[in-house]
Amino acid sequence: MRSDRRMFLKASLLAGGGLALEAFVGAPARAAVAARPAALTAFVSIAPDGQVTIVGKNPEIGQGVKTSLPMIVADELDCDWAQVRIVQADADLARYGVQVSGGSMSTPTNWLPMRQTGAAARAMLLQAAAARWSVPATELATSKGRITHAASGRSCGYGEVASAAARLTPPAPDSLRLKQPAEFTIIGRPIAGIDGPRVLRGEPLFGIDTRLPGMLYAVYEVAPAHGGRLVKADIEAAKAAPGVRHVLPITGDGNADSGLADGIAIVATHWWLANQARAKLAAQWDLSAAKGHSTERYRARAQELLAAGDGQELRREGDPDAALAAAAKRVSARYGYPFLAHGTLEPQNCTAHFKDGRIEIWAPSQTPARGRELVQKMLKLPALDDVIVHVTRAGGGFGRRLLNDYMLQAAAISHALPGTPVQLIWSREDDIRRDYYRPAGWHGFEAGLDAAGRLTAFTDHFVTFGDGARVTRAGTLTLTMPPADLIPHLRFTQSQMPTVLTTGWLRAPGSNALCFASQSFLDEVAHAAGKDLPTLMRELVAEPRVIAPFGGRGVPFDTVRAKGVIDKVLQSSAWAERAHGSRGRSGEAARAKGFAFYFCHHGYFAEVVDASVAGSEVTVHKVWVAGDVGSQIINPFGAENQVRGAIIDGLAQALMGQSIEVVDGVVQQSNFHDFRLARMPITPDIEIAWVKSDHPPTGLGEPALPPVIPALTNAIFAATGQRIRSLPVRLA
Amino acid sequence: MSYRLHVNGQVHTVDVPGDMPLLWVLRDSLGLVGTKFGCGQALCGACTVHVDGVAQRSCQLPVSGVGEGKITTIEHVGTTPIGARLQAAWLEIDVMQCGYCQAGQVMNAASLLATTPKPTRDDIRSAMAGNICRCACYNRIEEAIRMAAGLDPADDAQDEEKAHAV
Repeated sequence: MRSDRRMFLKASLLAGGGLALEAFVGAPARAAVAARPAALTAFVSIAPDGQVTIVGKNPEIGQGVKTSLPMIVADELDCDWAQVRIVQADADLARYGVQVSGGSMSTPTNWLPMRQTGAAARAMLLQAAAARWSVPATELATSKGRITHAASGRSCGYGEVASAAARLTPPAPDSLRLKQPAEFTIIGRPIAGIDGPRVLRGEPLFGIDTRLPGMLYAVYEVAPAHGGRLVKADIEAAKAAPGVRHVLPITGDGNADSGLADGIAIVATHWWLANQARAKLAAQWDLSAAKGHSTERYRARAQELLAAGDGQELRREGDPDAALAAAAKRVSARYGYPFLAHGTLEPQNCTAHFKDGRIEIWAPSQTPARGRELVQKMLKLPALDDVIVHVTRAGGGFGRRLLNDYMLQAAAISHALPGTPVQLIWSREDDIRRDYYRPAGWHGFEAGLDAAGRLTAFTDHFVTFGDGARVTRAGTLTLTMPPADLIPHLRFTQSQMPTVLTTGWLRAPGSNALCFASQSFLDEVAHAAGKDLPTLMRELVAEPRVIAPFGGRGVPFDTVRAKGVIDKVLQSSAWAERAHGSRGRSGEAARAKGFAFYFCHHGYFAEVVDASVAGSEVTVHKVWVAGDVGSQIINPFGAENQVRGAIIDGLAQALMGQSIEVVDGVVQQSNFHDFRLARMPITPDIEIAWVKSDHPPTGLGEPALPPVIPALTNAIFAATGQRIRSLPVRLA
Repeated sequence: MSYRLHVNGQVHTVDVPGDMPLLWVLRDSLGLVGTKFGCGQALCGACTVHVDGVAQRSCQLPVSGVGEGKITTIEHVGTTPIGARLQAAWLEIDVMQCGYCQAGQVMNAASLLATTPKPTRDDIRSAMAGNICRCACYNRIEEAIRMAAGLDPADDAQDEEKAHAV
């Protein structure tokens, strides 16, 4: 997306012959790069036998980037996908640029650089062939990894000219001719994930599968309440337990948020034996810091704050007070939603091996380069190169692995046991109780309608967590949340309360909660105006315009793209012909459709849910999705998987009772019986329609999720008349 | 304690406490890491293996309880016709996202097809309800099982939709 992103290319000869092309995305330090052997980490390399090797740049967490980004390179290179091998890059900011899998940003930030890299390699191969045959490069054509000269009937494989190409100077990225979409041969094709066969054979791919000679397994026992400090523990008793080799009390860095927590590491021959020995510790903790921090108390305090007044003003447009006073009709309601855990199916884990002053790490992380810096700092190692971070496949991310707390723990344990590789694995209980939770939040909304039923004023008093100066991570209000920028009078205000819980980003952070609250409330507003939500939303985006982001930072909002997905989903779901809530009579299920729209992470999504309600049981039959993520779906297989996953994920948040509850800082949930995830029987039919628009492609990890929750709750209202103002859904 | 285990057609001898779950014997003693740890409480199904052809949660199966049972893991299930058909179907429609649960899903599905070669939609949904896919690849898991069973992947879904048409 950032077209100012600088890139340069460097070619060298592969050991054994062939072309190694390095691509530096995002203005790295040239000096740092130049000092290293290039061919080892070339972005694209072509061996004499034609084998193409492309680096998987960003961490693979199930969102498909290890396949989709190399697809972009391979298409512009014009090679055969069957010739492509992909190797996962180590964490190296200087060499690969930003390697974050988060914010649905891998696609928008890499689309152009990946294309340029592939096109540059192709141009160099063409130039080498042209020189060999003494013909102009413009007379040459490529297809599936071969170069042909039609006039003379000559042809050769890429591998045959790769070594000659390695001696050329790479072209300037901006000078390259890129393919027209009609010329794509790989982009846009459904291509199965590159690691699929290995996963299905049970080969070691994930962080937790790392195996090293002499490796031991560890658990890291922390306080039961957030912010707790270790008082004492029976180290000797744990040490005497079967299989236990080391028991190490580790003093944290006092940074309860993102640093190293106080803990006791138990290191054993088998992970299960380390975990069993925890019971012998009889650890005592000072939990006083968390006293009084309970979700019940938070909820009550939020209602007090909402009742007390408006809080701190974050944004004001027009004169909302006057507009509300003059409104023909006013609507107000309060909404709320709980803390949520991530529940990545692969528990947090990290393998570390500290030896001779350097540490080697294998980690499933969404931000491996950040973890690398934190480890260097924590262990006070002289150079960043003293920390090597191998990026493993991650068994889910969902935002949890944007933070590297488990990497610091593994590094601290390994540092205490030089020469011994150690694999730290969290139990599921550790994971549920020590997450960076999606923060709970509350909203006091008010809206004003004029005599014609038009929405003229909207206010939101948002209650979140923070210390007064700074809002907790992922607990900020999006100041462009619709209907902001679409109506004349608006006010967003905020109140904060402190929490000891660590909070963080969960798939579609902010939006996953704000969309539920705001689109459900706007459904109420639409009903008050005698119309439905899609009609209200279409009125709000009726004027074709591109709205600059508030405060100058962020992404512009295009009303034409919004209207495009709204219209598409109304059409695909046959919204106009829907039954208006077949209200259930005496025990009969009530069934209806609900709608919602949202824009986040560059993606425009409108969704319709068809649900029925029988007593307190909700069944979702079908979900229609219309999404606009630009001109091109890079890999339809992966793209549809992301959308389906997001839809079911959202439905699970609403329907599986997901809520993290805390008493005096102690999380009450512990495993998948009381923090429930989606299972196959709740899975609805999902119909996806892409609305293509003339914009560079953007990411799909997140933006499909937010609308499904209010589309569901709006369907429940249409079916039963029960308005769901609090998540998870609990029906009377 | 020393235990003789029949795993994937080979005999292994391991020296571990009898109450150690089979999962950790496979992963930490035998290096068979395809079988995954997800919850440790038989709640997610990631650790599913076959004992004498029947799906079992290896995180809750003490090694002392395995006896002469023939253990098959994801590393070996492809040598069976059902396992191979499931793996092929999985790849054909690109079922997986992160892939972490998929070993357990395939092992559970193979157990289902061994007893119910032509499962109905309800058969599949109830048999697979114990296997969590956090990425929620459920539509395609269901479709792949139907493909592997030689059933039309779409039929049942259409029937269901017709039944609920309003």
